[in-house]
Amino acid sequence: MTSQQVAATIDQPVRKARRRREGEPIHKVIASWFILVVAMAYFFLPLLGTLIFSFRDRPWYNAWTDTLNDPMLWKTLGFSFLIGAVTIVLSIVLLVPTAFWVRLRLPRLRPFVEFVTLLPFVVPPIVLVYGLVITFSAPPLGLTTTEQGSNVLLVCAYVILSFPYMYRAIDAGLRTIDIQTLTEACQSLGAGWPTIMLRVILPNLRVAILSGAFLTMAIVMGEFTIANFLARQGMFAVWLQQISGNLAYQPAAVVIISFGITWAAMGVIAWIGRGRSSKVELTGVR
Amino acid sequence: MTSPATSLETRTAPPARSGRRRPRLTALGVVPFFLFAFLFLVLPTLYLVAGSFQNQQGQWTLQNYFNLTKSYTMSAYEASIEISLVTAVSAGVFGFVLAYAVISGGLPGRIRGIVTSFSGVASNFAGIPLALAFIFTIGRMGFLTLALKAVGVDLYGSGFTIYSKVGLEIVYFYFQLPLMLLVIAPAIDGLKKEWREASENAGASTFQFWRYVALPVLMPSLLGSMILLFGNAFGAQATAFALTGGFIPLVTIVIGGQLSGDALGDKNLGYALAMGMVVIMAMVLVAYSFLTRRAERWQR
Amino acid sequence: MSYLVLTGIQKVFPGGTVAVQDFNLSMERGEFVSFLGPSGCGKTTTLRMIAGFEIPTAGRVVLDGRDMTDDPPNRRNVGMVFQSYALFPNMNVLDNIGFGLKVRKRPQDEIRKRTLELLSLVHLEGRENRYPYQMSGGQQQRVALARALAYEPQVLLLDEPLSALDAKIRVSLRQEIRSIQRQLGITSVYVTHDQEEALSLSDRIVVMSDGNIEQIGTPFEIYNKPATPFVARFVGTLSTLTAKVVDAGVGRVLIGGQEVSSGHRIAASGTETMLALRPEVVRLGDGGGSNRLTGEVLDVAFLGSVVRIRVQLPQDSGIVTLDTFNDPTTPPPGLGNPITVSFPPSALMPLDAADADRIFAAEPI
Repeated sequence: MTSQQVAATIDQPVRKARRRREGEPIHKVIASWFILVVAMAYFFLPLLGTLIFSFRDRPWYNAWTDTLNDPMLWKTLGFSFLIGAVTIVLSIVLLVPTAFWVRLRLPRLRPFVEFVTLLPFVVPPIVLVYGLVITFSAPPLGLTTTEQGSNVLLVCAYVILSFPYMYRAIDAGLRTIDIQTLTEACQSLGAGWPTIMLRVILPNLRVAILSGAFLTMAIVMGEFTIANFLARQGMFAVWLQQISGNLAYQPAAVVIISFGITWAAMGVIAWIGRGRSSKVELTGVR
Repeated sequence: MTSPATSLETRTAPPARSGRRRPRLTALGVVPFFLFAFLFLVLPTLYLVAGSFQNQQGQWTLQNYFNLTKSYTMSAYEASIEISLVTAVSAGVFGFVLAYAVISGGLPGRIRGIVTSFSGVASNFAGIPLALAFIFTIGRMGFLTLALKAVGVDLYGSGFTIYSKVGLEIVYFYFQLPLMLLVIAPAIDGLKKEWREASENAGASTFQFWRYVALPVLMPSLLGSMILLFGNAFGAQATAFALTGGFIPLVTIVIGGQLSGDALGDKNLGYALAMGMVVIMAMVLVAYSFLTRRAERWQR
Repeated sequence: MSYLVLTGIQKVFPGGTVAVQDFNLSMERGEFVSFLGPSGCGKTTTLRMIAGFEIPTAGRVVLDGRDMTDDPPNRRNVGMVFQSYALFPNMNVLDNIGFGLKVRKRPQDEIRKRTLELLSLVHLEGRENRYPYQMSGGQQQRVALARALAYEPQVLLLDEPLSALDAKIRVSLRQEIRSIQRQLGITSVYVTHDQEEALSLSDRIVVMSDGNIEQIGTPFEIYNKPATPFVARFVGTLSTLTAKVVDAGVGRVLIGGQEVSSGHRIAASGTETMLALRPEVVRLGDGGGSNRLTGEVLDVAFLGSVVRIRVQLPQDSGIVTLDTFNDPTTPPPGLGNPITVSFPPSALMPLDAADADRIFAAEPI
């Protein structure tokens, strides 16, 4: 492809040809609706139950006012968000160059990189935190004994957790832009590597990176296992678990808030990925 | 506009200018990644591996793995496997049915997008909030429990409790089903409309189509997805922790107990337990990759 | 005796698009008919209505006396070959071909015998255990053909079966398809947008455009006596020329300022009319016919045995395309050089400016 052709393809969303089809037989449609309704009922029931539970206090809005006025809610949300943001940045810094170089110059390393990004599936969070604790708690590192040390461990653990999703998203994004030709075009125009990376590659990966970032953020905001065993009470899910043992109705309100955050994050991901044919990563395997 | 011949030449000939700088630059791009992965993933895992082959005194031994078959750890594995299997199969089947209904079932096109987005939310909603949501709904004082009591159905009176393996399975279903839907959707998309038409053209009924064409073609994807679901449930900790507080020993719960200092007594046994888990997850991943590759080959 | 009859077939999709309008066709047993037209003309939709995958909004489909318009696709005795082959990926060649027979509950040994027969018919002996992904496009299409023929359908339907294949395979495979069809004597409907395919294969061609039938006829008729301007333009190469009418009654016109005699009375009113020429009737040089035109060489395409020359006529009145055989002793004319071409008056085809009118309505003189 010539550079002009490449530039043209980047801006066009890939459209799937839609073939007009005859309607499906009516009994099939009825069955489909039935299945859908049953599934939706199952999914909404717990949410509804939680919502109703949150109104059980006296007066009915008490749980909500207590929650929204609780400084710990905002502190933990803020802290989790901060951790998430640092995780995302670190993840991007590590993965984008790697994915780029593997695609461009080091295709033989590709299986190794993919293997490493799949390892977090094989080492579930509970095992990961177990390993991290025994590795880094002993002196001279003693990371788990200090606040900052534990926070560092937390972020690093989350970066590891984000590898499968971020790498897949970035790799898919790189696949849709022909980086070979783009890079050659830039070089023939006289651009150096920093320019190529910052002004050409990264902007074209915006959708992929944003999707990966929001998914990572959703995961971090809801993550419990690693945060708990690194004694990070400042994290949202850990705090929620603690108050669920002590308070009656407030946790219900917090659960609704948590659902709302997840929903918002997914909504943004869907909105970012609108009109694109490439699959947008949606699951944080738990 | 370069002719195809010349552009082919320029592509295969390496650019002479950056030839010498190349190795350093590219290494710079990739080394941090591998270093980071080694430090925070491989190294901890290696510590676990090493520890699992040692005893309290630091000598090398296989005893820990033999000890895994003792009752406490064995029942943890049994419980984990049982719950994972049950939710994988049930969510696998229902997830497939739901996915098919949404994609090819004659529903309006927008439904698919909505269900897909919701599946993304639901599969991420796992953990503490999900467990609490179910407690608020069908726990002892849950809204549904009380509502059913009001119409004469006494859930807890007849022996049901959410704080049980069955309760856990019901809760796990909540994030397993959407995961199945998301993972199997591409395979359903890959069921070409022409196969259905070719089958009808040859005289086959709907049942015959499913029996001889659709299900066989989907089988690798279905199996692979269910295996993925199995792994997903097996590795889950937060949900079980919040729901049962550690009362039902699952592998993940016992490992968590190790970290909190609860006695298995023997920390090396804990390492072996963790390694056993890693082995199972590795098998899951290998099986899933193999089956997915098989499925892709057919749908070319 | 009409074997496959389509009467008044119409298809309107939900949303209002009219895909096929008033389609009428009567086919003899053993006939090979092509539906030819550009994308979106309704040819595939009509084919699918014969197969039963689309239900006509109006009209009937009658096969061998039986009205099958309301029959579901798996109750019709037709065999379809799809553009994308649509072989079942989980079955090998043997099982794919035998699928129709298995569904009809024939005994296993009969299925095997018949499948091997068909394999040799499509020249794929020895490959019965291969899987679709192990075969090339051409091989897959032959398996698809065998599969469609296995249960001896009354009609064979082919939906652009060759468009996904390489050019070379396309030519050889289409000959094969035609010879198999002749050998079996099976009534066939072939959908294509490639007029060369349609012309070389068919007993009759149905030319379609925008849901309507433009013309039904033999390849000879379609090419030499196009009934509408669309057919004239779509089938074969056509040079269209703008002519000023000098004497309508005698048919004398001015093309590019040069007087020519057309073979017919000009039926259209007005001072201008459109005329067309096929490349094979035009000769280089002065002789050959009573009409001659002079222009500039615009383009020379050396196609091997044929040299295609395009001549720009003065006053923007059109471009004449002519084909001459390659002569090793005479190099083709250079670009921009003046050149004279000639053709007989009868070769000029009238193309009315108002597209809706039927041409050849004009009376020859």
